[in-house]
Amino acid sequence: MQEVTQLKPEDFKSDQIVRWCPGCGDHAVLSAVLKALPQIGYKHEDVVFISGIGCSSRFPYYVNTYGIHSIHGRAAAIASGVKVANPNLSVWVITGDGDALAIGGNHFIHLVRRDVDLNVILFNNRIYGLTKGQYSPTSEIGTVTKTSPFGTIERPFKPGGIAIGANGSFFARTIDSMPKLSTEIFIEASKHNGASIVEVLQNCVIFNDRTWADITDRQFRDDRVIVLKHGEPMIFGKERDKGLILKNSQISVVKLGENGITEKDLLVHDAQTEYAGLHLSLANMEYPTHPVALGVIRSYNLPTHYDQALTDQVREVQQKSKIKNMKDLLHSGATWEVK
Amino acid sequence: MDKHTKVIEIEEVVIRFSGDSGDGMQLTGTLFSDTSALFGNDVATFPDYPAEIRAPQGTVGGVSGFQVHFGHSQINTPGDYCDVLVAMNPAALKANFRWVKPDGIIIIDTDAFVEKNIIKAGYKEDPLKEEPLNGINLIKAPISSMTRESLKDIGLDQKSILRSKNMFALGIVSWMFDRPLEHAIKFFNKKFANKPLLIEANTKVLRNGYHYAETIKAIAFNYKVRPAEITKGTYRIINGNTATAWGLLAAAEKAGLKLFLGSYPITPATSILEELAARKDLGVKTFQAEDEIAGICTSFGASFTGHLAVTSTSGPGLALKSETLGLAVMTELPLVVINVQRGGPSTGLPTKTEQADLMQALYGRNGESPLVVMAASTPSNCFDYAYMAAKIALEHMTPVILMTEGFLANGSEPWKIPDLDTYPEIKPPFAPKDQPYSPYEKDPDTLVRKWAVPGTPDHEHRLGGLEKDPATGGVSYTPEIHEFMVKAREEKINRVAKDIPPLAIEGDEDADLLIIGWGATYGHLLTAIDSLRKEGLKLALAHFNYIRPLPENSGEILGRFKKRLVCENNLGQFANYLRMNFPEYPYHQFNKILGLPFTVEDLKDAIRKNLEV
Ligand code: SF4
Repeated sequence: MQEVTQLKPEDFKSDQIVRWCPGCGDHAVLSAVLKALPQIGYKHEDVVFISGIGCSSRFPYYVNTYGIHSIHGRAAAIASGVKVANPNLSVWVITGDGDALAIGGNHFIHLVRRDVDLNVILFNNRIYGLTKGQYSPTSEIGTVTKTSPFGTIERPFKPGGIAIGANGSFFARTIDSMPKLSTEIFIEASKHNGASIVEVLQNCVIFNDRTWADITDRQFRDDRVIVLKHGEPMIFGKERDKGLILKNSQISVVKLGENGITEKDLLVHDAQTEYAGLHLSLANMEYPTHPVALGVIRSYNLPTHYDQALTDQVREVQQKSKIKNMKDLLHSGATWEVK
Repeated sequence: MDKHTKVIEIEEVVIRFSGDSGDGMQLTGTLFSDTSALFGNDVATFPDYPAEIRAPQGTVGGVSGFQVHFGHSQINTPGDYCDVLVAMNPAALKANFRWVKPDGIIIIDTDAFVEKNIIKAGYKEDPLKEEPLNGINLIKAPISSMTRESLKDIGLDQKSILRSKNMFALGIVSWMFDRPLEHAIKFFNKKFANKPLLIEANTKVLRNGYHYAETIKAIAFNYKVRPAEITKGTYRIINGNTATAWGLLAAAEKAGLKLFLGSYPITPATSILEELAARKDLGVKTFQAEDEIAGICTSFGASFTGHLAVTSTSGPGLALKSETLGLAVMTELPLVVINVQRGGPSTGLPTKTEQADLMQALYGRNGESPLVVMAASTPSNCFDYAYMAAKIALEHMTPVILMTEGFLANGSEPWKIPDLDTYPEIKPPFAPKDQPYSPYEKDPDTLVRKWAVPGTPDHEHRLGGLEKDPATGGVSYTPEIHEFMVKAREEKINRVAKDIPPLAIEGDEDADLLIIGWGATYGHLLTAIDSLRKEGLKLALAHFNYIRPLPENSGEILGRFKKRLVCENNLGQFANYLRMNFPEYPYHQFNKILGLPFTVEDLKDAIRKNLEV
């Protein structure tokens, strides 16, 4: 990693016309990423974006770095190959709820399990946009779409539940309409050694408009989300008058000042602890019983991650082995001379 | 019986070791063939085992066999019929009796020929009465009880004692063919370095087997097969999968690139992954993926970064990889796919050999999706064709499918260690650093684009599965541009023909019949033709290693002969491919789909018949 300060967001913008629908949440995520890139400390040519298929997967065309717009569901696997082959690169996966959790579900969980040092931005709009409006694995029960005209009868996935449940080392959540938070999170994701999963609650104006509106509308957003910060007490609300405590092993919302509750009684966020139980509970909180958790929910640095461990192992074996090149290998073991 | 044993010199011998899949027949066969190779014979081997790791004991389905063919002259096949069959139980006899020559030798473990096993094997009464044994020299050896007797005081449990009975059998056969025991003993010392008791036990049983045969004069004479007259050099034994793995390593070294293998375990390709996983000393990175798709996807990603990227698989896995192969065709990135064919369709016959994935390799993708298809034809030339597959992939920026087969993968033969300096250079078309870069700008002669890898300043670019404008590299849905690009990708593969050697024929220039084959049937075809030519027939062999594109002189060679007979282990896929490419000629076919290699005898019959019509 090098310190590169002179780059600006515009330096990462490509000359391609951005083709997302006007008003699509993707635009804001793109600009948040463009703001983050100059701050992650990688040279322009050392950044790679890999996407799958879906609306958000057009993303690599709009950043002027190396990139691949690949095939449906496979971005996590392709990006794993890129990073493992060349660990010096900053590798980003752009994916959606269908791409990562339906067709690419297997690669997603195994990426998390191996903890390859990638940054995944998962655009969750709870719908298939590019194929024009079918329900996705994150659509809520009852969602009426073209393939569920009477409402879906499938239980949805929660990306955080999967990532943390699969023993992931990093999970964060942001909202498309909170670009400053998004930029901060992308920088944190880049710093984290291991697979960083960032879920973006994204609005699809065409096929699933206002799907997150219950929590994202400005007038009540602050009362319905909590932005978690490592080391800080879990306070939220427009008036910063609400907080989270642990009661009977469950997270409960309390009002500061009521029943003698003060800031000291609140949970303090520890994103960096190995114990994932509370992280999972935080990631799974839902409105209206709880605020939806935003920010870095889990960021636990394992002693080593896959690409680094493999590089180390190769080096160790190379130091020990007598076989240094093909010729050595060809003549190793049982051979005999014919004279 | 004579007091003195006569020694008879013979040209070549085929031995088949067979028993339960837990009886260690693969090891016994391997030790015998390695010993023979070290002794200086030419050798070819063929393992034949069930898909189940521990198939039901004592049944025909659970029989595991290992055939060794060794001789004084050149050996091209593991042999059709055996001179010696070792049958460790009735099921092994039942499964293999039909492969014994009418005047062959059968060695049985009489202790295993008890009622329970006889019934399990599917015999009604005594197999020695049911099988037509006249002419056969039957050696009844109480192998199990003598093994037990040899080891009664050694301090091992009964199970471990019985496990070494295969070495008693190896001892018998070693005496019969005048093979030294050193190699096997050396092997025990290495393998059981931490278990001295097992070294002692195996060595003792092996020696006792040898002395038993000598004492009872198992046969009235023992055979001597003189060393083969082979070209000078340093030799080693190699099987097809190891040769494939090493060919890839050699190519990476020559090209100055690192090797990356993304793969998923699948029979019979797995040992390529195993071998390369062990080769971290040469800087190889292997990635055991979560599935076949991730196997090729990680390789695709590694290719993007400038590695020699490879994925290895068998038929069902190739099916799963087809979408990503299409992406590699579209993005024009180098990628080597090793497809070790097995019997299909579906799970089919995982441990058996077949050549029925040819059409899948050529056409099993959506859209017009041309790529290079090649095939190795002997265990050791898997090395050369893996090397060439890598060279073509890297220099022509294309996926290449190298077809091998179960028969090559596990078959082994002595191999003269090659001098890598004599192998052609490999020069990937990396984009010059100081020039502007456009990803789809192509070399006018080869139509190959340049390769720029992440980390290179000013060459940033985006690749993708969507159709693109060759001028800008940007996405394009323009009808004419699509047609142009489809044709350009096709033509690029056609032009690979300029870099492959012309098709050579073996045999008679004025042959009455041209035999055509591809892949692993080479040794059998050559042996059949050589033998018939000795009888005075005029025959030629055209064996294909390059399938798409075909060698440039293919049509000319096919047209040179009056009749053509295409021989394949499938229903005629290559014959149909030739019909499509050269419809002007009629083709006869000889096809077998037994999950087994051809037999030379069957081939000879087919050739004779085709000469008559
Ligand atoms: S369809 Fe929806 S997700 Fe796709 S670009 Fe339009 S608004 Fe965005």
